[in-house]
Amino acid sequence: MSLRRLAPPEMQPASFEFSLENMARVEKEIAKYPPGRQASAVISLLWIGQEQQGWVTHPMIEAVGRRLDMPFIRVLEVATFYTMFNLHPVGKYHLQVCTTPPCMLRGSDDVVKMCEKHIGRSQMTPTADGMLSWTEVECLGACTNAPVIQVGKDFYEDLDAASTEKLIEAFRADKPLKPGPQTGSRVGCEPEGGKTTLTDPALYAKKPEPA
Amino acid sequence: MLADKDRIFTNIYGFEDKSVAGAKARGHWDGTKRILELGPEAICEVVKKSGLRGRGGAGFATGLKWTFMPKEVKDRPHYLVVNADESEPGTCKDREIMRSDPHHLIEGCLIASFAMRAHTCYIYIRGEFVREREALQAAIDECYAARLIGKNNVHGWDFDLYVHHGAGAYICGEETALLESFEGKKGMPRMKPPFPANMGIYGCPTTVNNVESIAVVPTIMRRGAEWFAAIGRANNTGTKLFQISGHVNTPCVVEEALGIPMRELIEKYAGGVRGGWDNLQAVIPGGASCPMIPKSVCDDVIMDFDALKAVNSSLGTAAVIVMDKSADLVRVVSRYAYFYKHESCGQCTPCREGTGWMWRVMKRLETGDARVEEIDQLWEVGKQCEGHTICGLGDAAPWPIQGLIRHFRPELERRIAERHKMAAE
Repeated sequence: MSLRRLAPPEMQPASFEFSLENMARVEKEIAKYPPGRQASAVISLLWIGQEQQGWVTHPMIEAVGRRLDMPFIRVLEVATFYTMFNLHPVGKYHLQVCTTPPCMLRGSDDVVKMCEKHIGRSQMTPTADGMLSWTEVECLGACTNAPVIQVGKDFYEDLDAASTEKLIEAFRADKPLKPGPQTGSRVGCEPEGGKTTLTDPALYAKKPEPA
Repeated sequence: MLADKDRIFTNIYGFEDKSVAGAKARGHWDGTKRILELGPEAICEVVKKSGLRGRGGAGFATGLKWTFMPKEVKDRPHYLVVNADESEPGTCKDREIMRSDPHHLIEGCLIASFAMRAHTCYIYIRGEFVREREALQAAIDECYAARLIGKNNVHGWDFDLYVHHGAGAYICGEETALLESFEGKKGMPRMKPPFPANMGIYGCPTTVNNVESIAVVPTIMRRGAEWFAAIGRANNTGTKLFQISGHVNTPCVVEEALGIPMRELIEKYAGGVRGGWDNLQAVIPGGASCPMIPKSVCDDVIMDFDALKAVNSSLGTAAVIVMDKSADLVRVVSRYAYFYKHESCGQCTPCREGTGWMWRVMKRLETGDARVEEIDQLWEVGKQCEGHTICGLGDAAPWPIQGLIRHFRPELERRIAERHKMAAE
């Protein structure tokens, strides 16, 4: 378990409202579930809220509760239980560094060192310019491409100290690098040096029919 | 070695066309209507005969699980929920299916839902997989547009498929926690019974299956149960996506037959252990909760459910984490202990308190700051945690530690002795 509390009242904004565009997304999410089961959309709504605001605020939790007809405490429970909800402001680029063993064995210690050196020793604390923050997270599920950092929607994979440094500087300059493996020598989870299976051309002999 | 023509996931690396047209050219959506015409019982029978065991870790027979669902739909609708909350450290196969080869999964959802008389299926995908979610949603939208799924689709079984996502909780991979989370609550596992096949989401009959288990079904239905059952050995049939990470030269995801020798798997596909096979120290064969096995066992163990169980470990999700002689095994296990402490939902006391306690002791064992008796105490406390909780997390949390003590106790004792010697000097 981890202890998670909302940011103190003085940090909380006065109100929260979904943008028009996000309101449409909210309605689409709720429509996925049978009538009366709208509470199933609570994670999605908080997530959309976090995308809009950068972090999950007290008024946001109230707004989600109102829309889903859920008591405040139920939404608060969800917001504090799931660790992807940032309950405090984070940097524009929030680096989530995986340090579980598959990443650890491939050098996530170096990645952490670089984050400490170039962003700051303390986790979840944005830099003065508000651009960067970082934190250690549990397994991100890209273990054959370890070590991995998640930033926003994207995974940056196959990292080492040098490529992490490059990555951080690119974010600081607001010019994110291309996601995926950072070694440049592979595109996904295939072995370095090219695939060793699925090489039989017969598998791909049939060409797609034109629509 | 498995021939390419017997591999199910032909676009697992995402190099080929991911569209419906591209997928159809590789054989997807071929004769799906004929498969459905067999009827639910016959489909369950084929899956049962194929010997398919759940690919999410527990290895329960998939076809059998499907037959637990009520035989007719009464006042409560049936649901299929696909568990894509892949978060077991080392595991990264469902991600590849969803982002690169999603039509296996979508077609599988249709067939499995039909076999369980469900008109609605939800895929619960972990929150971190945003791009994967987008890729999967795009493929689903394409299928709706092509009327492969949806109301009045070409297959004659009304079927809605939705993607639901989480927000970072390992525990939601446990099926009843997933159901709770799905309903908009904290992911805290439920007591069983009632089992999900009777009371799942919204109190309705529900089956929860892993992504890979569902994704292999269309191919089994097309090629026949006998084909699938002929790969591997009895009770351990079929192909499996292996994920090889850690101290190997070329970590990768690869599909192979169950029962492939571990050494062959590592050397042929992952470029071998860093520094050669003799530099191997230990392997975690199936993801975090599988106890590690030392090199002497790895030399000739084969990768399937029963063989790994026989050596006090398990196949889990077939996430092979390789550690060479430079790896600090105590630190690895201590990091796992932290993982379980972090991911315990806190509902049951033995797990909530036990995972934290075990982590603190492991942390001290890293530097040898402990007494030798504490190793036995650690074993005992682990045994108290195991089997005394609602869900499997409390069972699994002590397993990595037990694996370490079972095979590497001398290393723990050496650290303690060294530290005491230093303190004395």
